[in-house]
Amino acid sequence: MKIHEYQAKGLFRAYGVAVPEGYPAFSVDEALQAYDKLESKTVVIKAQIHAGGRGKGGGVKLAHSRDEVRETAQSMLGMRLVTHQTGPEGKIVQRLLIESGINICRELYAGIVLDRAARQYVFMVSTEGGVEIEKVAAETPERIIKVWIDPATGLTPFQARKLAFALELEGDQVKQAVKVFMALWSVFQAKDCSLIEINPLVVTDENRVLALDAKINFDDNGLFRHPDLLELRDFSEDNPAETEAARYKLNYIKLDGNVGCMVNGAGLAMATMDIIKLYGGEPANFLDVGGVANPETVANGFKIILSDPNVKSILINIFGGIVRCDRVAQGVIKAMQTVNVKVPVIIRLEGTNAREAADLLNNSPLDFIVSTGFKDAAQKAVKAVVTEAT
Amino acid sequence: MSILVNNDTRLIIQGITGQEGSFHGRQMIDYGTKVVGGVTPGKGGQTHLGVPVFNTVADAIEQTNANTSVIFVPPAFAADAIMEAADAGIRLIICITEGIPTKDMVTVNNYLKDRPARLIGPNCPGVITPGQAKIGIMPGFIHTPGTVAIMSRSGTLTYEAVHQISAFGLGQSTSIGIGGDPIIGTTFIDLLELFAEDDETEGIVMIGEIGGTAEEESAQWVRDHDFTKPIVAFIAGQTAPPGRRMGHAGAIIAGGKGTAAEKMKALKAANIRVVTNPADIGRTMAEELKSNS
Repeated sequence: MKIHEYQAKGLFRAYGVAVPEGYPAFSVDEALQAYDKLESKTVVIKAQIHAGGRGKGGGVKLAHSRDEVRETAQSMLGMRLVTHQTGPEGKIVQRLLIESGINICRELYAGIVLDRAARQYVFMVSTEGGVEIEKVAAETPERIIKVWIDPATGLTPFQARKLAFALELEGDQVKQAVKVFMALWSVFQAKDCSLIEINPLVVTDENRVLALDAKINFDDNGLFRHPDLLELRDFSEDNPAETEAARYKLNYIKLDGNVGCMVNGAGLAMATMDIIKLYGGEPANFLDVGGVANPETVANGFKIILSDPNVKSILINIFGGIVRCDRVAQGVIKAMQTVNVKVPVIIRLEGTNAREAADLLNNSPLDFIVSTGFKDAAQKAVKAVVTEAT
Repeated sequence: MSILVNNDTRLIIQGITGQEGSFHGRQMIDYGTKVVGGVTPGKGGQTHLGVPVFNTVADAIEQTNANTSVIFVPPAFAADAIMEAADAGIRLIICITEGIPTKDMVTVNNYLKDRPARLIGPNCPGVITPGQAKIGIMPGFIHTPGTVAIMSRSGTLTYEAVHQISAFGLGQSTSIGIGGDPIIGTTFIDLLELFAEDDETEGIVMIGEIGGTAEEESAQWVRDHDFTKPIVAFIAGQTAPPGRRMGHAGAIIAGGKGTAAEKMKALKAANIRVVTNPADIGRTMAEELKSNS
């Protein structure tokens, strides 16, 4: 789960990570109220969307007076912000963060993420802040300094000092940075985070070490321990069909193609997308209906897939193991009777009782294309789209 | 031969009285797996599925001489269940549970580091040596004893591969789902080491997916070692968009890393036969074994 910068900074503040003074605003009035609360004459207005690269897209602007705050907030709220992370469709800005202006002396980077190969969390810092860290990692990997965190001890002060000195910090800056790093690890641990990033972490002209930006992602598997975090979720950031699917406990991701797919199991679902592409089609989605493909989950799957107007055919690929194929077939027939499906449906059921399932489908009055082969089914699903178009 | 599980496996089920544990416990017993007991804290002394239930794994080992455990405990308690099994002296722990927080698995990995227990999973279908022992949730009937080993990060896609292998009359030596999470116990490399020593295994099917670097590391390992048995690999997620988690917690292309293209390139460079079509896994393995013999 992702949250907004202002929400991440709220968590930072609670754990003692120094951040600039600032307030969120959902309207122009709130932006003005925020400005009045801040002592600084110059403020930064930052669009709050779940994507990076906001500055380049016009989502971060300075304002030097109350009038400028009004003007900028007016133009920014409701604007479609396109960055390299949003895709061409961009995201509508609905929230702003109004912050005190900061005189930046140095821009650094700090982040915590899982190192899968090492099976430990790794704390990374770099003197190259303010730019894409992936670029630094690719071009000048020696400029990223890492320490691995022993799960028995957590981040230790000596490791935090090592990171601070590696950033060429001096005097009181070292103390401040160590405090920031230790606090970041506390947040990470306490909240089951999967990623924390500060880019940039800045040193100000007044010698303060501050998190100018804040990004936190949470481990979805850990959310059950943190009901408080669920309140931070901004549903408007998610694809509505994906949110709907999540309510049915289905795993759905919308893609750009026109062959809808309904599959049991994530690996087989990905492989089904791959084979569609291989035969010249484009998958419209990833949809894992899980181990139990009963009438209800199949019906919900149809609803979700058909909410995408691009879908021109649907491929159902179920490998029945513990769940019997004839049961799945009954589920599909029942679902087709309740949901109005106007596009061709290609079904491939393999595994337990596959033959009985094929008989059930063939004998039903509904118009299915029944297939027994993985290849054959994919080819038919792609062909159905072409036939549909002509 | 085979690897990890066979007729000598003496299995306990952690979470045996739960819905999943009961259902799959019954299936495993019906397959012929030697299930010698189960563990559910607080239900010690009862009998379930015809086997004794114990309060602790230590009690279960003392009474049944179990050497293997399969875990069906809910995600919030699964990490603790793994550590309990390792502490009690279980040598092979197979964790089926999906949804364990990554933080917990970092702790588990650290706990297991200096202990002799081997962990398979979590978030996996389990391990099967056809005709001998089925430990996990895979459908037993699609498997036939044979010479092809299967190792996979997936569930139903593993069954698909098994089905294709069986359709070509080959059968499986041992089939293992290693799990779809970012942190898992046993890796592809660990299994390649075991399969190298297993006389019965003549070829290996590797089913990888996007995310992480497990496939690249395996490719490097194959290059560094004199591994002569043919390997056929498929990587799921060739069409997956970056930054989106494709079902499994571990299946995500992040920071430009973990793409299918990169993995396929690394595998090919190690002379591993990579198929782009998931329907070609069985046929390709049959070809490889034919040309090898």
